[in-house]
Amino acid sequence: MSALPLTTPQNVTATEPDHLTGYRTFRLGSFEFRRDAYFAVVSWRARGESRSHEMPADAFLRAMMRDVAWGFFYGWVNFDEVLGTRNHYGRVDLYAGTYNAAFKAAGVDHLEQFDTPVIMATFKAILADWVNEGFDPFAAPAETGSAFGFKQGENRAAIERFRVATRRMPGLEGDSPLRDDLPVNRQFQDVAQDEPVIDARPGFEDQLHAFNLFKYLSRSDVTWNPSVTSVCKNSLFCPTTEEYILPIFHGNDRVEWFVQLSDEITWDVADKNTGAPRARVTMKAGDVAAMPADIRHKGYSTKRSMLLVWENTTPDLPKRYERGELPPYPVSF
Amino acid sequence: MTYQTRFGSLNHFEKGSIEIIDDDPKHYVFSNLFEVAKGAAPYEKVVVGKNIEYVIEALRAKGSSPWFTAAHDEFVVVMDGEVEVELVKLDEPGAGARPGQQGSVQLSGEPRGPAMGSIRMRRGHQALLPAQAAYRFIAHTEGVLLLQTMLGQHSIEKWAEICLH
Repeated sequence: MSALPLTTPQNVTATEPDHLTGYRTFRLGSFEFRRDAYFAVVSWRARGESRSHEMPADAFLRAMMRDVAWGFFYGWVNFDEVLGTRNHYGRVDLYAGTYNAAFKAAGVDHLEQFDTPVIMATFKAILADWVNEGFDPFAAPAETGSAFGFKQGENRAAIERFRVATRRMPGLEGDSPLRDDLPVNRQFQDVAQDEPVIDARPGFEDQLHAFNLFKYLSRSDVTWNPSVTSVCKNSLFCPTTEEYILPIFHGNDRVEWFVQLSDEITWDVADKNTGAPRARVTMKAGDVAAMPADIRHKGYSTKRSMLLVWENTTPDLPKRYERGELPPYPVSF
Repeated sequence: MTYQTRFGSLNHFEKGSIEIIDDDPKHYVFSNLFEVAKGAAPYEKVVVGKNIEYVIEALRAKGSSPWFTAAHDEFVVVMDGEVEVELVKLDEPGAGARPGQQGSVQLSGEPRGPAMGSIRMRRGHQALLPAQAAYRFIAHTEGVLLLQTMLGQHSIEKWAEICLH
């Protein structure tokens, strides 16, 4: 580290701000995270030598924002082909090169496991320090300012968005709210904003419920950030609006399904463990596809689109897939 | 600049594709729900997504459906058309779907119990089909429904017919 480490009450280890760039450098285990005007640099030791990996600052912050917002998500969140996290639901692996065939073969990869609150606190502190005023890591590039340059202010409002978890369906009493107070996104101005007509008989007013899902999605102020809109036991519909690139390469620890509700997304699919490319899947409105449990995927959406992500949150699924009790493919035909 | 959002419909959809590098296209279980509905009988519950015991079904909405119920919540999204859902509170819930039973259960006749009301829906609208309520769909214009439910006795799996391979 370039200066004396400072440890905060949340056990986040960081330096004082760099005198030139204004950014702090952070340490988590033996990993070090440093940024400058353009890049984030992650360092670790392997085979007795110092190793490092570099990412554009905007891509790094977009990836880290998703990892934090999703609570490390289901399985692997690859920031790129080298750096990432794996969720063990209570503990989290932070790795460099572990799921990259070349790094692994050369023995220059490194993995450390942390209690979830520890790694979460460090990631949040990095975001708080490295996200400048005007840059929103949740936003599409055309809707936000620059991530680059020396430190200039902060954007806590963007990185600390809070969403109420849906228990059954948004808009039900005591459940998550609808989005009527948010504006319609610039790319969804043509999406109908009408509501279903509910004619409830007396006594059943609180049991009949419907809303305009497409209106709800047209008013999402973020990209690549699913939110739950219906809960059927452990089956969760998690639609999201997508524009530009999924900032991470998501590695599945279970089968996940996509339903393309509007427009088009293309997915690069690669082997979960090695990163070797396997397929490129183009989905158009109405298409339904599975993402198997042994792959990683990254999506591209030129026109802002609506994607329904369908998850199965049965608690023991990752271990059943890992033990081979369940095939990685949902259907055999 | 004006953007055009592209939705599919029963009469107009484009199916995507898979470019294989080193894989089997069957692994992606890739179908298009409008195409599936177009080739199905009205209210045939064709499974287009399956995650162990949970399913997504595509239904072609045309005319009136039979009455269904389920022991758990189900959810419907209208993907095309204009569809009304009628709901009835069953006098004897267990007479339709047994507690713990998975998936939709078709009732043999008219449901017995008080009418709960109805919901008139168009493309993009989502409704809750509450556990142990009877419901039926009435399509005012032909359309397509997406149903979130569990694999049940009326679920139809015909993967080889509907998926890219």
